[in-house]
Amino acid sequence: MQLNRLQQLFAKKQHHILNIYFTAGFPSLNDTESIILSLARAGVDLIEVGIPYSDPLADGPTIQQSGQKAIENGMTLSVLFEQLKIIRPQVEVPLVLMGYFNQVMQYGEKAFIEKCAEIGIDGLILPDLPLLEYETYYKNLVEEAGICINFLITPQTSEKRIRKVDELTNGFIYMVSNSSITGAKSEISEKQLTYFNYINEMNLTNPRLIGFGISNHETFKTACKYAQGAIIGSAFIKMLEHSDDLGEDINQFVKMIRGQNQN
Amino acid sequence: MADIARKNTLSRTTSSYQVDDSGYYGEFGGAFIPEMLHPNVEELRNTYLDMMEEPNFKKEFNALLKDYVGRPTPLYFAKRLSEHYNAKIYLKREDLCHTGAHKINNTIGQILVAKRLGKKRIIAETGAGQHGVATATVCALMGIECVVYMGEVDIARQAPNVSRMKMLGAEVRPATSGSRTLKDATNEAIRDWINNPENTHYIIGSVVGPHPYPDMVARFQSVISEECIWQLEAAENRSYPDIVMACVGGGSNAAGMYYHYLDHPEVRLIAVEAAGLGVDSGESAATSVLGTKGIIHGSRTLLMQTPDGQIVEPYSISAGLDYPGIGPLHAHLISTKRAEAISITDDDALTAAFFLSRIEGIIPALETAHAFAALKYMDYRSTDVILINLSGRGDKDLDTYIKYLDRYAK
Repeated sequence: MQLNRLQQLFAKKQHHILNIYFTAGFPSLNDTESIILSLARAGVDLIEVGIPYSDPLADGPTIQQSGQKAIENGMTLSVLFEQLKIIRPQVEVPLVLMGYFNQVMQYGEKAFIEKCAEIGIDGLILPDLPLLEYETYYKNLVEEAGICINFLITPQTSEKRIRKVDELTNGFIYMVSNSSITGAKSEISEKQLTYFNYINEMNLTNPRLIGFGISNHETFKTACKYAQGAIIGSAFIKMLEHSDDLGEDINQFVKMIRGQNQN
Repeated sequence: MADIARKNTLSRTTSSYQVDDSGYYGEFGGAFIPEMLHPNVEELRNTYLDMMEEPNFKKEFNALLKDYVGRPTPLYFAKRLSEHYNAKIYLKREDLCHTGAHKINNTIGQILVAKRLGKKRIIAETGAGQHGVATATVCALMGIECVVYMGEVDIARQAPNVSRMKMLGAEVRPATSGSRTLKDATNEAIRDWINNPENTHYIIGSVVGPHPYPDMVARFQSVISEECIWQLEAAENRSYPDIVMACVGGGSNAAGMYYHYLDHPEVRLIAVEAAGLGVDSGESAATSVLGTKGIIHGSRTLLMQTPDGQIVEPYSISAGLDYPGIGPLHAHLISTKRAEAISITDDDALTAAFFLSRIEGIIPALETAHAFAALKYMDYRSTDVILINLSGRGDKDLDTYIKYLDRYAK
């Protein structure tokens, strides 16, 4: 089967992969286009588009508040799909949708997957979809649609389960850096480095991106030493919140994360 | 490990209304949780049944229920209420439990689970504050640190319980997100658990959340109907009543009250929900009418949501019923028509609370008052034996009752 944009990215790049998360519909309903285009121009490797949700259990206050604002702004999954349909042909950057499973259920699981494929969404992150449910009901649909599913692991995930995650994942493994909700911690500890090394030595099939607590050049650089790249969410949302020039500020933000010695 | 656990569960499943080997009641239940919660939930799933069936656990649990909680609670024949409604009405007096509601049956059980799992810190969510007080109480009893999450709105309307929790040594943390009620307190408690995965046990207060919580909580609460069986035998020379009634928010008092009657279809089960200002008013918590299938707090169940899947902020005068979902067991019972749902407005609940106070000398919790209000909307025969779970007492609601005293006390 032909590789999608996400798989092509990992085929040609194994280091310093930068994935930026933003909540669709924040700060304004129609900012989706300018945020994605600016991020692509600034050279991020992939973009994670968050579907705003009223009760995002794995997320901290920054992402929850951006989601609430986005919902008030009128963002829905249908509106987002309309926006992405117009944006997709304008950029080559891989696009990953992140959302909670209830939203997928209400849209209709099959309809959701088909719509993603039709638009050209490359990957999915559904943090509360159980592995067994996925394997039993959705794996074939997702894979046949040419979409990558990206599961999470944490420092508490058992080795056996990590192997299972590696088997089911066909994009990247989202490595939660610490036991936390998003946006909670800002430094990387010795204990985390031990965990990163341990995962490194497991020789997993899928590339790994480290997320949660990556907020600046320092933490990005450290994460990139131990994995193929990293994911930044809350820090980017905080920046957007105070921005009066999205294009310029996004460009500056990405430069700041990449630092001087950009690959 | 998981496979072994599944077989164990399977062999113990004897009823179609019990949770199945994968954590479902029919199409409801499961464990839709972020990976961060998986190890803790999996540990519980693999151990809770063995733990609960272990003789020393049972001994300790039963001793505490007897000597500390004050069980068995009476099954009281409400003579004047029976004459008024022309039926034989018995009240299961959970309001006489230590801390004033059935909630402590579950917290006693779960604190013993937490101890056996080696946890040093307890978190809980609370709506009306009854579960928070019951959790703070067992934490004081065992000398374990306790943090209770409570919506800002609920902190304001259930002030006495907030003070009780503090006096018992618990820290009460306000939930300031979303609707600032029970749903959001639950979200915050889950987030705390994600941030503290190793030393903390989350004592969920109702039959909600990911599997195995709904089943574990129902089993701890099942002592209610277990007692009803022999108590009714003694009083009426029959084990099974015609009708069993309970109010349902998440549904823990109802789950305990129904538990031993589930597989006796001749016993009618009535689930009384909060209609708030009216089912069609936009200010309601009547999940069985307004809810659709979806996921809330890790469980596939019925919940109030927009067509886009955003969870709707419910409304009820009663903080304990102000929840946009119901436990998966109840979603299953209602959708298979094993249980009948009745929705009761704030107004009807207040009327019933004042009426019960005057006719039986019992001031019920606002949540409980909903169950009593349903009597006038039901069909029954004058020979019917009706059991109502008097799940909690009304002390905590006194501020609200005082506010409405002139209008309802006649």
